[in-house]
Amino acid sequence: MTRRLALTLAIAAALALGSSAQTGARRVISIIPATTEMLFAMGAGDRVVAVGSYDHYPPQVDRLPRVGALLDPNVERIIALRPDLVVLYGTQADLRTQLDRARVPYYSYTHKGLPDVTETIRSLGRRVGVPARADALAAEIETRLRDIRARVAGRARPRTLLVFGREPGSLRNIDASGGDGFLHDMLETAGGADVLGDIHRQSVDAATELVLARAPDVIIELRYGGSENLAESDLRAWDALPSVPAVRNHRVYLLRGDEFVVPGPRVAEATERLAHTLHPDAFGP
Amino acid sequence: MVVSGFGAATILAVTLAPLVGSTHVSLSRALGRGIPFADNVDAQIFFIARLPRVLAAALVGAGLSLSGVVFQALLRNPLASPDTLGVAAGATLGAMLAITLHLDVHVFGISVLPLSSFAGALGSLAIVYVLAIARRRGTSTTVLLLAGVAIAALLSAVSRFVQYLADFTDTFRTIQWVMGSLDVASYAPILGALVPMGLGFAGCAALPRALDLLSMGAEAAEARGVDVVRAERVALLSASLTTGAAVALGGPVLLVGIIVPHLVRLLVGADHRLVLPASALFGASFLIGCDLLARTLLAPVELPVGIITSIIGAPVFLWLLFRRLT
Repeated sequence: MTRRLALTLAIAAALALGSSAQTGARRVISIIPATTEMLFAMGAGDRVVAVGSYDHYPPQVDRLPRVGALLDPNVERIIALRPDLVVLYGTQADLRTQLDRARVPYYSYTHKGLPDVTETIRSLGRRVGVPARADALAAEIETRLRDIRARVAGRARPRTLLVFGREPGSLRNIDASGGDGFLHDMLETAGGADVLGDIHRQSVDAATELVLARAPDVIIELRYGGSENLAESDLRAWDALPSVPAVRNHRVYLLRGDEFVVPGPRVAEATERLAHTLHPDAFGP
Repeated sequence: MVVSGFGAATILAVTLAPLVGSTHVSLSRALGRGIPFADNVDAQIFFIARLPRVLAAALVGAGLSLSGVVFQALLRNPLASPDTLGVAAGATLGAMLAITLHLDVHVFGISVLPLSSFAGALGSLAIVYVLAIARRRGTSTTVLLLAGVAIAALLSAVSRFVQYLADFTDTFRTIQWVMGSLDVASYAPILGALVPMGLGFAGCAALPRALDLLSMGAEAAEARGVDVVRAERVALLSASLTTGAAVALGGPVLLVGIIVPHLVRLLVGADHRLVLPASALFGASFLIGCDLLARTLLAPVELPVGIITSIIGAPVFLWLLFRRLT
């Protein structure tokens, strides 16, 4: 809470002092996929001069120079590109120090859950100088999320295991969403009950025993980035646990797409896909 | 007599460990024939989640401890471990390549990760073996030791390079693998590991006398009629096969291989006829115990077993060491 307050104050100060803040930033570097997507979605894509190594969306970013990523930002390249705003993640403390030294303005944010996404869109829009379009984008996302909630309201919430990583061909090292984070929020919004929701962590390394004991009604596996090409037949690994209701009732699903792991403007789309999978009847044919 | 004591402890561990876990399981329901297996949650937790895990812990613990004993005697170095000659580093590199390249191959129900880490172990074993036979009259243990350290360093550097190039999620998966996990969730990987381990164990079974004499030096052993070159090769091959299979099955929980042999020697003396079987048995029960803590301490979440082995193993080892010195 104090951090958020400090952030708000810092932004307010920057808005009051910086002349670039009044006219908006013209040369923006965004290192994290989520904010890159936000900038393009709020119509500020033409101001983005460089992006991070893992940025693949929208397709326009393919033409832009890369400046490293969360763990390995290339400060030299960043400074050489003469940005008037660098959008970075809250944990990139070293990068912040170096940018301070070089007197390059930056915007730092952290995401803990789904509500943070639209909050970041609004404040980033203000910082870049497109507040109206950012507000509209945030409002549209919020409306879509509200619509999903309304559609699935009153329906039985299937107890769901949301898996975002696993050793191919086996059930080892299952990484599933716990009770924190935007994946958990998306699942709950989509009308699912997170079967690991009582474990207050973003990621749970779910052992076989835990999966058997929690007996999820639905298992959804997410594939993204380099793992997207993995075969659908790999889902058969779950057949080793026949007592799990999701396995017995053939409710093990595979959803592909980076939108599930990028807490950016596509969260509504991702949540809709989860809701379609969990409640096919609610959305009709 | 001593060995049968260790044997009883291991049997006790294998029998009791599957009864404990993060969930309550009714044994009568698990073993009863009233409910078909496909619908019997208790039976599935017992037979799919816990029993393979306990067996895997037993095999990995036994394998790493046994090869630790062999490497320490062969290299006449108390700090030698299953990784001293780079076998575990090779296994790690193999695992990282499988994770980073998203390989998707299965053989007899064994997934690509253990297969490629075992292949990595065999690759580094081949390098070490060529080095060992390059000198015709036996191997200078110092040369072998230093060559092993160099190979291990080289392979770890390649691993780190692969990891550096890898995607964020792949790096996360690699870290998970390195911390070790025995949640194998099926019997296929255990059966797969049994083949190379069986060969390795058989090789070690022929070694006690040779290792006793080799620990005193190659010349002394030769004077007492040991075929040093042959004994060294059998030892090298057996220990490396065992290490490779153990690491492929459970990840590099290597501290087991240094600590257990020393603990056992402190308890039973230096005779390899006792040390070899006692280490294998003690290593099995030690890792079963560590894994039991790993899966229950923070239940329902689990700790990586490698953390437990080090947190428990290192202080116990220090305590025994200093108690003996004073």
